[in-house]
Formats: sequence, C-alpha cells, structure tokens
Amino acid sequence: MTMAIWLTENSKIIVQGITGSEGTKHGRRMLASGAQVVGGVNARKAGQTVEFDGTSLPVFGTVAEAMAETGADVSVVFVPPKFTKDAVVEAIDAEIPLCVVITEGIPVHDTAYFWAYAEKNGNKTRIIGPNCPGIASPGKSNAGIIPADITTPGRIGLVSKSGTLTYQMMYELRDVGFSTCVGIGGDPVIGTTHIDALQAFQDDPDTDAIVMIGEIGGDAEERAAAYIEEHVTKPVVGYVAGFTAPEGKTMGHAGAIVSGSAGTAQAKKEALEKVGVRVGKTPSETAVLMREIMKNR
Amino acid sequence: MDLFEHQAKELFAEYGVPVPTGKVAHTPQEARAIAEELFSAGSKKVVVKAQVKTGGRGKAGGVKLADTADEAETLAGQILGMDIKGHTVHKVLVEEGSAIAQEYYFSFLLDRANRTFLSICSVEGGVEIEDVPHDRLGLVPVSPLDGVDRARARQIAEEGRLPQEALDGAAELIERLWAVFIDEDASLVEVNPMILTADGQVKALDGKVSLDDNAAFRQDDHAKLEDKASADPLEAAAKAKDLNYVKLDGSVGIIGNGAGLVMSTLDVVAYAGEKFDGQKPANFLDIGGGASAEVMANGLEIVLSDADVKSVFVNVFGGITACDAVANGIVSAYKLLADRGEAVDRPLVVRLDGNNAELGRTILNDAALPGVQQVDTMDDAARRAAELAAAGA
Repeated sequence: MTMAIWLTENSKIIVQGITGSEGTKHGRRMLASGAQVVGGVNARKAGQTVEFDGTSLPVFGTVAEAMAETGADVSVVFVPPKFTKDAVVEAIDAEIPLCVVITEGIPVHDTAYFWAYAEKNGNKTRIIGPNCPGIASPGKSNAGIIPADITTPGRIGLVSKSGTLTYQMMYELRDVGFSTCVGIGGDPVIGTTHIDALQAFQDDPDTDAIVMIGEIGGDAEERAAAYIEEHVTKPVVGYVAGFTAPEGKTMGHAGAIVSGSAGTAQAKKEALEKVGVRVGKTPSETAVLMREIMKNR
Repeated sequence: MDLFEHQAKELFAEYGVPVPTGKVAHTPQEARAIAEELFSAGSKKVVVKAQVKTGGRGKAGGVKLADTADEAETLAGQILGMDIKGHTVHKVLVEEGSAIAQEYYFSFLLDRANRTFLSICSVEGGVEIEDVPHDRLGLVPVSPLDGVDRARARQIAEEGRLPQEALDGAAELIERLWAVFIDEDASLVEVNPMILTADGQVKALDGKVSLDDNAAFRQDDHAKLEDKASADPLEAAAKAKDLNYVKLDGSVGIIGNGAGLVMSTLDVVAYAGEKFDGQKPANFLDIGGGASAEVMANGLEIVLSDADVKSVFVNVFGGITACDAVANGIVSAYKLLADRGEAVDRPLVVRLDGNNAELGRTILNDAALPGVQQVDTMDDAARRAAELAAAGA
C-alpha cells in the first residue's frame, strides 16, 4: 500500500449539495475517476437517491446521518455561498475528519466564523478551502474538481493557492507523478495552509519532494519559508504568481491583493530563496527544477 | 470595495458613532454654502478635506482649515482637481472644526495570518500607524464567535493605553464600530484619529472602511456606495459583462482561465517582453473554467477595445473543459464577433495545453482563423506575443 496525505484509496466521500448542478457534475466525475463517493447531503431531499452512471447514491438529511450510514470520512462542499457557513458548521458538528470547501465567493466573515468554530471544537475536522479545487491523490482518490486524468501517481507532493496552476504543474510533471496535490484556495482566510501541507508531506514516507505554489497577498509564503527552514528536510521547489500585479487591485482571487508594500511576489520569492527553496521564474521552469531533483535522487 | 471618508462617516453616523457635522461639495460654491451653514450653526472653524481613496492627503495639501466661508470656497477651489498619488480630487468634505485635546488610533481588521479578527488601539493617533512603535500598540484578537460587547470594548481601549477620561467614550465608540464591522461585512474599519475633544467627547475625526465584495448578496445597500465615476471605463464595461478584468498599462492583451494562471501569464509576458523593448501585459482577464464561446467573445471584445493592445495572448489550460471544447469556443467566438460587426484586427497567440491539447490544436488549425497563431508552451507563446506587440507598436 502506498501512502498519501489526508486522502487515500480508503477515503469515503460524501457531497454536501449533491443535488445541485455543481455537486452533481463533480460528484459524478469523482466517482468516475475511481474515488469512493458513497452519498450526499441535502436536508430537503433526504431519503431520495441520485444516479451516477449506473451507481445509485443515497441522499441524507445531515452529515452526521450520512457518516453513520456510510462510514464517510470526507465531505466535499458545493453548496452556494449563502449556505456554506451552515454547511461547514454542520460538518464540524458531525466531526467529519476532512471537509473540502470548493464554493467560491463566500463572505470572509463566514469563513472566519467557521474556522473559529472548528478551532473551538478542537480542530477534529480538517478544512481545506474555501474557493479551492480540492485535493487529489492520483490513482487513489479525488475530492473536489481537480481533473483526475492530467497526471499520474508518483512521489511529489504539491500545495498551491491556485487551481489552474496546480493543474499546469500536475500536467507538466505527469511523467514523474504525485503522491498528493492540495489546492488550498485563494481566499484571505483558508482552513488548511501551506504550512499544514508542508508538515504532512515532510511526514509522509511516500513523498520525496515538494512543489509549493503561492501568489500575492498576505504573508503565508513568508511564514511557510520560516517553517521550511526549521522543519522541512525534503527538497522544496517554489513558484510565486503576481510579480506584475498593481498595488491595491484584487487579481481574481479575493485574497490576491498587494496592499501598500505588503504581500508582493518579490518579497515572497526572496523569503523562499533565503531558506534554500529554488523558485522558478515561470511554471515550466519550476517543473524543470523539480524534474532535476527527482532525477538526481 | 474601499469607501471614501465621507461615506465611511455617513455609515458611522447610522450606527451612532459620533462624527463631526459636515457635507460633501463638488464645487467651490457648494463648499461655501456648506461652510456658511456650519458657521451660522456655531462652528469656529471649518475643515475642507479632499475625498480620495489614498493616504497622505494632509501632506499633499488636501486638508485645510478655514476661518470664513470665503476662505472655504477658495480652499475648495484649490483642492478640487488636485492630484494626490494619482487620484484626482472630484469632491471635498466640508465639516466643522473640532477642538482636539488628544488624538488616538483605532481599527478592526481581518487578521489573515491568524484567521481571525483583530483590534488595534493606540494612544498615539493622527500619524501613520506603521510609524507607531510596536510597544505603543494595543493588539487584541477578536473571535468571530464572541464579538465585542461594552466590557470587551473598554478592555481594548485600555490595551491601547487610552487615559482614564477617554475610556467610557472610547468603549462606546468601539462597541458601535464593531457593529459596523460585523453588520456591514467589513474587512477594515479604521478611525485615525479618534479624538478626545476639549469638552471630553470621543469622536471619529476620520474614517476608512473596506467592504467585502463577496457579501454583496446580503448587503443590498453596498451597490450604491460604488464609485462609478472614477472607475476605469474598460473595467466598468467588463464588470457589466461579469468578466474578471483589471486594466494594466502594457501592450499585450491577456486572456486566460483561472486567477493563478492569469497572474502567472502576466509575469511570463513581462519577463519575455524584456527582450522586446519592454513590452508588458495590458490587462488581467480570467474567463474561468468553462471557456464558452460567449465568454470568450466578450473577453476578446473587451481586450481589443483597449487601443494600447497590439497583440493578444490567449493562455488556456484544458482541465475539466478540455482543449477541444476551448478551441471550438474560440472558433465560435470569432463568428459571434463577426455577427456583432467586429473583427479581430490584431494578432492572437493561442496556447492550449492539458486535456485533448492535440485535438484542440487541430481544430484551431483547421479553422484557419485570421491572425491566429498557435504556440505549444506558455513561455514560447509569451515570447511570440511580446514580439508581435513590439512589431505592432
């Protein structure tokens, strides 16, 4: 058996918002990619079933019921922004080990609230996201919207704020392969951070090296650099997006904004390089750096 | 969305936060009329303040005191039209002068690093908060689960080392500012300075508020606070079409899918452009995952309506929406634009990568769209787009 972080072939996934258009579309894709999708949640449609290409999945009234009936240990949240806070609080109350929040456009007060709620409840639920593509352990499982067929299983760990840059990197290094790829999301407040993923990859015997993708805004990359210096012995290659972003403009992701002189790509790159992380100028150059590391192992 | 000072103060007033009496003027004559009103209501002095969404207004000469309505009119005439750090002054706030005994600093903000809210209070106010020594700042984390009541507000004021005589007034003001912060979905509420007046009142002499755009669905009143007048016309047009567009000052138009990939595309183009007379990206435009024909057509229309654009780089990674669908989208977008009577009159460099990339490239080749060139990698495509922009300049 090979390892991965947080999501394995044994993970049993439920979809919160399985009857909505996004939940249906991606629930079907996850199942088709080989993930164990075991059911969904929608309080108004409890007792019904949804059909995904010949597989019939039960819809439960609550996350707790779904867990009791199916043994689910992962929830993927697709409910609209208005209802996301309540959905995540419900997942936390049910103490599901992993809750992946895909929804984009959640008010930051709501995210701050459910994060505080998770903390108060002892962080029994790991939250990934919101506004993220989810997590994929290639060849094992897939929780979210990451295309399953763009890469292969291998021994690189990937953590990224950006969805499409995650896909780009997975695709460029598809000949080498990944243990787990985590999209942590581009909102100002997120559950799982770069540091959480770095720590998990460092501890994972089946991850040999780590790609870390960051972008402008906040100081998560700087803090990750400090963490790497202290705790990470595996090679790390980095990429940072947003060198040309003007001050004070939000670049697509709600959290991607340079405020005054804070949160610049240059500062993040320098912080990473200072602790020995090689930072690529372009995504392709970053992939080349990682390929060299994996070749010389 | 950041608010103007006068908007922040109007919001404060709605929540019972004491602010000086005043009104907005767009002309010197309006400023005079407001000043006359204030003087006849008993003001000894009035303040004329430039309304721009940037700091350092005082240093730039955008904040002046007047002793008469005549003087207020003259000062307003000088301040209106002024350029402060690239922001043109279109309006001034004319308000009563306050008898300031002491100046403090206060804010509620989102603490990204700690994933919670934070209050900052200091007895040192009226200066740039970055210049205040760290040991003079009272930082108190505020849990979204607990909030701020009067007792907590008083504690925050004490942490800021505010003097005894200001504590009651400050606590009341802080409690009300918390209501502004929570009820309005703000990510920043800042009062600098918060003042103690000669007669012992605590007031918000300035106001800075940032509101969360993601909360628009439950904040119906926020739409009217938008500053449509000074929005970039292209950004406004893009917004009307639900496109995520930011105008920049270069010559290579950019269209891509996913915020991170588009940010990266801007960087790669600027990097490649160094070898071609410093060509730079002209915009940020994220058309999202779907890349439908209509979204692509709208995107092309916006990007091409920028006269500075000399070439366009379409950079798409095909994931769930595979490259063949994206290629078909581009072909249909050309048809849509032709139907609207518009032509793509500048060269388009397309890079398709990811799922079904080969199929997508074949579709585009077969369509033989005028001006379209395909380059297989992002770095090479950026180089080609920069080269074409330099040639077209």
